[in-house]
Amino acid sequence: MSDAIVKVEDLSFGWDGALLQEGASFEVERGSIFALLGASGCGKSTLLRYLVGLDLPTTGRITIDGQAPDQEVNDRPTFGVMFQSGALIGSLTVGENVALPLQEWTDLPLDAIGGIVAAKLRLVGLERAEDKLPSELSGGMRKRAGIARAMALEPELLFLDEPSAGLDPVTGVEFDELIIELNQQLGLTFVVVTHDLESIFKIGQSCIMLDRDSKSIIARGDPRHLRDTSTDPRVHSFFNRTRLEVPP
Amino acid sequence: MPPAFAIALVKSSTDQGQLRLAGSLCLAEAGPLWTELRRLEASAVTGETLDFEMSEVERIDGGAMALLACLRSELHRRGVKSEFVAAGERVQRLIHLYGGDNKVARLRRRRPIGTFNQLGRATLAILQELKLVTAFFGQMVVSAASVLRSPSSANWRELPATMERAGADAVPIIVVTNFLVALAMAFQSAEQLARFGANILVADLIGISVTRELGPLMVAILVCGRSGAAFAAELGFMQVNGEIDALRTMGFGPMRYLVLPRTLALILVMPLLTLLADLAGILGGLLVGVWHLELSVRGFLNQTVRVVSLWDVSTGLLKSVAFGLAISMIACQQGLATAGGAEDVGRRTTSAVVVSLFAIIMIDAAASVLFRLAGL
Repeated sequence: MSDAIVKVEDLSFGWDGALLQEGASFEVERGSIFALLGASGCGKSTLLRYLVGLDLPTTGRITIDGQAPDQEVNDRPTFGVMFQSGALIGSLTVGENVALPLQEWTDLPLDAIGGIVAAKLRLVGLERAEDKLPSELSGGMRKRAGIARAMALEPELLFLDEPSAGLDPVTGVEFDELIIELNQQLGLTFVVVTHDLESIFKIGQSCIMLDRDSKSIIARGDPRHLRDTSTDPRVHSFFNRTRLEVPP
Repeated sequence: MPPAFAIALVKSSTDQGQLRLAGSLCLAEAGPLWTELRRLEASAVTGETLDFEMSEVERIDGGAMALLACLRSELHRRGVKSEFVAAGERVQRLIHLYGGDNKVARLRRRRPIGTFNQLGRATLAILQELKLVTAFFGQMVVSAASVLRSPSSANWRELPATMERAGADAVPIIVVTNFLVALAMAFQSAEQLARFGANILVADLIGISVTRELGPLMVAILVCGRSGAAFAAELGFMQVNGEIDALRTMGFGPMRYLVLPRTLALILVMPLLTLLADLAGILGGLLVGVWHLELSVRGFLNQTVRVVSLWDVSTGLLKSVAFGLAISMIACQQGLATAGGAEDVGRRTTSAVVVSLFAIIMIDAAASVLFRLAGL
């Protein structure tokens, strides 16, 4: 029996009156690394906004561990989100950014919070950056700090928006390894929005691929398997980085 | 409900002890866990050993593990030997992930910054800011000269839109504010003037004070709050977002492309807004004169035209040009000097408004003294 942590049923969404996806349904297995794929403009990032509850669906249903995500409800978050640029609070140091959810949602004393912050930053390789402001960090470091903040409340599920975008290859590989390590060691579930093929094949255990033209999910499964066996020219073109031949 | 964990301090000798942890350790119960750990480890002193015995831990999450690793580091720094022992395979992996089996690094002590050091840093920061301001004005002059030599190189497209935002959009607030301020001033003086039977002098008072002082000053304060803040925030956000760098790489110098159109727009709209403010102010005085001092409309207007010279209006307009130049340059300089994130945008915007207001008052005072010395 499947153990799905995220369930999306018959979701239709778009913005400014334009429909991006129609009737999308999929599930994310607990403890997996799940990738949301597709060409630019197909609605990946918009779908992520719905998954984390920043936008509420009018058609269809999303549940995370049986609950509908809604950021208007002021309750302890059950998942963490890392935004594309890290989205750290600019006026707070890296350590204060990570401490923020702990101060809000736990009754821990300051010395204990400091200990957890230090451990989380060490986990993402930022032990020396605790007192720095976000503006003093590189793009990769900001993302690492973003993931440390997202993990502060020990969520079982993490959403990552374009984790490898804008990173140099070495930092990108290190980031992929960090995701795999957190997945294997802590059993965290990751939902990753990306179109970095190298990263997809390295970390993605299952995926869905959104299509802009048909406004639907055109592929689902193991990305490596889809790359090697898919007969759909759109899927083949995406995974093998080839030009899509349009019939005359 | 009792906690899902249990901790016991077991001493095998006077200097050997173990904290035996059992059950489920998670962040949800981190508060009581931390309190209990602190209570039990408090007696450990330098030279002793206090290990974490983990064999009966059924479940532990990252938050709880982070706390244990933090406590181990603190014990090491106090000279108490401490390790994680007898952990199962899964728990051991987590201990490793959180550095619980690493050598504990010495804590770097941060020295407080001394008074002289702080004074030195503040002086350097002021000098650095002065250098930036000087460089900005230098660049501005060079860019203006370059545009004068080759007018087609300026970004004229931005001029009408900026004039609309800074000028036309500000008309309602400027007219209403000046009307009300002059009305209030006329009311304040009406009683004194009536006492001496000098009702008609309210036209002199309002006409001269509004055209020479109140009109340009009120316009400058309102434009500073509206457009000065907007310029600083807009350029600051562009700087933070990397848009200024992008413009530079495409060959658009920020002076020529962003600062000059804004400065020119304010220089052009400020006299027009001041004229409107003068008219609104005189209208406010007229209302009080007719309604409260029983003057006729014709009488009030005749007295105003007789007493207010062209030079009175011109001094106000000249000052308004200087105010516009100062507001625009200060706001743009502060916006372009933004470094860092959203916080600095806010700081620079505030700074732009405060420094502009100060500059307006300084210019106004200097102009008053100069005009008086010149007998104008």
